[in-house]
Amino acid sequence: MEQAIERHTISALVENEPGVLARVIGLFAGRGYNIESLTVSEVDARHHLSRITVVTSGTPMIIEQIKAQLDRLIPVHTVSDLTAEGPHIERELALIKVAESGEKRVESLRIADIFRARVVDSTTASFVFEMTGATDKLNAFIKLMEPLGLVDVCRTGVVAISRGPKAQNGAVRTA
Amino acid sequence: MTNHTMNGSQIVLKALVDEGVDTIFGYPGGAVLPIYDELFKQNSIRHILVRQEGGAVHAAEGYARSTGKVGVVLVTSGPGATNAVTGLTDALMDSIPIVCLTGQVPTHLIGNDAFQEADTTGITRPCTKHNYLIKRVEDCARVVHEAFYVARTGRPGPVVVDLPKDILMATGPANGPASGPMQGGHKSYRPRIKGDIEEIKKAVAMIRAAKRPIFYCGGGIINSGPAASQLLTEFVRMTGYPITLTLMGLGAYPASDPQSLGMLGMHGTLEANYAMHDCDVMINLGARFDDRVTGRLAAFSPGSKKIHVDIDPSSINKNIVVDCAIVGDVGHVLEDMIKVWKADQTAPDKAALADWWRQIDEWRARDCLSYKADDKIIKPQYALQRLYELTKDRDTYITTEVGQHQMWAAQFYRFEKPNHWMTSGGLGTMGYGLPAAVGVQIAHPDALVIDIAGEASVLMNIQEMSTIAQYKLPVKVFILNNEYMGMVRQWQELMHGGRYSESYMESLPDFVKLAESFGAVGLRAEKPDQVDDIIKEMIASDRAVIADIRIDKKENCFPMIPSGAAHNEMLLGPDDKADTPVSEEGMVLV
Repeated sequence: MEQAIERHTISALVENEPGVLARVIGLFAGRGYNIESLTVSEVDARHHLSRITVVTSGTPMIIEQIKAQLDRLIPVHTVSDLTAEGPHIERELALIKVAESGEKRVESLRIADIFRARVVDSTTASFVFEMTGATDKLNAFIKLMEPLGLVDVCRTGVVAISRGPKAQNGAVRTA
Repeated sequence: MTNHTMNGSQIVLKALVDEGVDTIFGYPGGAVLPIYDELFKQNSIRHILVRQEGGAVHAAEGYARSTGKVGVVLVTSGPGATNAVTGLTDALMDSIPIVCLTGQVPTHLIGNDAFQEADTTGITRPCTKHNYLIKRVEDCARVVHEAFYVARTGRPGPVVVDLPKDILMATGPANGPASGPMQGGHKSYRPRIKGDIEEIKKAVAMIRAAKRPIFYCGGGIINSGPAASQLLTEFVRMTGYPITLTLMGLGAYPASDPQSLGMLGMHGTLEANYAMHDCDVMINLGARFDDRVTGRLAAFSPGSKKIHVDIDPSSINKNIVVDCAIVGDVGHVLEDMIKVWKADQTAPDKAALADWWRQIDEWRARDCLSYKADDKIIKPQYALQRLYELTKDRDTYITTEVGQHQMWAAQFYRFEKPNHWMTSGGLGTMGYGLPAAVGVQIAHPDALVIDIAGEASVLMNIQEMSTIAQYKLPVKVFILNNEYMGMVRQWQELMHGGRYSESYMESLPDFVKLAESFGAVGLRAEKPDQVDDIIKEMIASDRAVIADIRIDKKENCFPMIPSGAAHNEMLLGPDDKADTPVSEEGMVLV
């Protein structure tokens, strides 16, 4: 029975100790799971917790396996599947360098305005735009910049959080 | 009592003693000299010197599987740690609890390409359940205790603790806050022991309503402890249903019991594999639907409802989607299942069960393990049948290497109790059996310990004969010598047109002289009428023995489910050519 490939955003709360990221990446690489994007950062200094947000894709059976394998790692506290758990917000940040002159330079500025990107660097020959938004929005903007002198792109990958008042399982303790 | 200081080595050794360790298997080296110095000065822990670090890990595996305790290894940095990798991977695949202490260069030299330095934590990350690098002497006790907790709880597995030399020599407090075995309370690791009672009730209802049920049980029963095997036996007898065991589960249920169908899988019995295919309810207790059992996934028991009890949630729905999943320790789950079963007096469908047993008996009547006996050449099956008959009344432990002899041992040697069968299942490591026998004999000095070996496999860790000589271990090495890597040759015969590429064992040693050079007894049998006398001489001796049994070179191991085939499409004998040659898809499978 063929299952359709789905894109899932998975958030894991982990011990902030050396080697945890290597463990997670090793797990994905070793079992051939896809990493579309991956971000990691400390979220609770007092309790030494970090959050790893991974966007991955696979059949529903593979996605369940990925979550189970992640949860099995000793330093992993909890694993949540934001895609499966309901409405959530996804954002990523990009820095986009465009270098052109004349009409194309003006056009790039106009489009950046429409997309609400900010100019964080400008020279007479170039701009660097900073943009935050959903992945699709960033993809669209970068595509529009291609014929307008796109030079370099640097992206953070997706961070995500659930909508509403409830904390994700085992979320950061404030007390 | 004043809080006096100890050095890192002393703290580590004290933590081992507090964990109940009395034996470690190891090999010294520069990075671990401090700990070897402390070992020299104490008497609580006995150190067994092996001859190659891989042998230390396999010995610890044999020790662990035959006792239920955590096996402990001590090796040095660099090549010591890398030599241990095969054994650690083996323990991970077969879920054996091991704590492996590895030496490491001093902390200020880590990452400098120092002498005998290796990125041990990086290398062992994918092949262990967990690993640690200790950077402060204050962490020594806590980490060692945590390592033991992780190794023996949940799904057992190997844990590496990397110990830099300066940490082993630094002084730290003797009685730190975490200076006793962990009983729980790990921040992020909380294995589930008790199964969900609602799922258990649902499972028992399915079991009771079954018309063609089968129990399929594996290594999880052994890992849970001897009580799990007893509970399993009780439950299976209560239901009257048939049971089959995996390679790793042999001994969990008495082999001589009429309800036992023998081993299932690639070289399992016809009745076990057919019953699995035709059943309507499959009850998986502590097994993992391994590819040696399932064969082609799409054709695996397509008409049945499946119940799966496993302590590892990632095992559930990994290969086969099941209908009722219970995460928990199989021993605890069995206890609950028995209670639920007894609470309802409704009997299962006796008529359907009788029909099912009739069908199973028809399959059994085909006598799938039969072979063509010969009075001139020793058949391997005959040698193992005689070995079983002459050793079954003693407290015998069997280890094996990997290959045809391993499959024949699983088919012909019968186990009534758990923890007496040590074999490398998941990784299939040739060279496992001889060092594992060392570990078993150390744990059970008065028992009869036999390594059933092939002549190709036994050479892989033959240096452990020196360990056997040093500690005067009366290990018996029973070599089924066919001058080939038997299993490789069989696959080459059946699937690669008989092109025996590099599977002939040229330049074999004279095993009798080899035994004598290690101070052991060397015996040889070349004719069937010599087999009984050689076995009797072997087991009567109080010394180590190598018995070189010259068997038929071309005997193949049947039944066999060829790779890529369904689990009910099997070859039963040499005259049984497969109807369709092995598919392209099947050829690429191991």
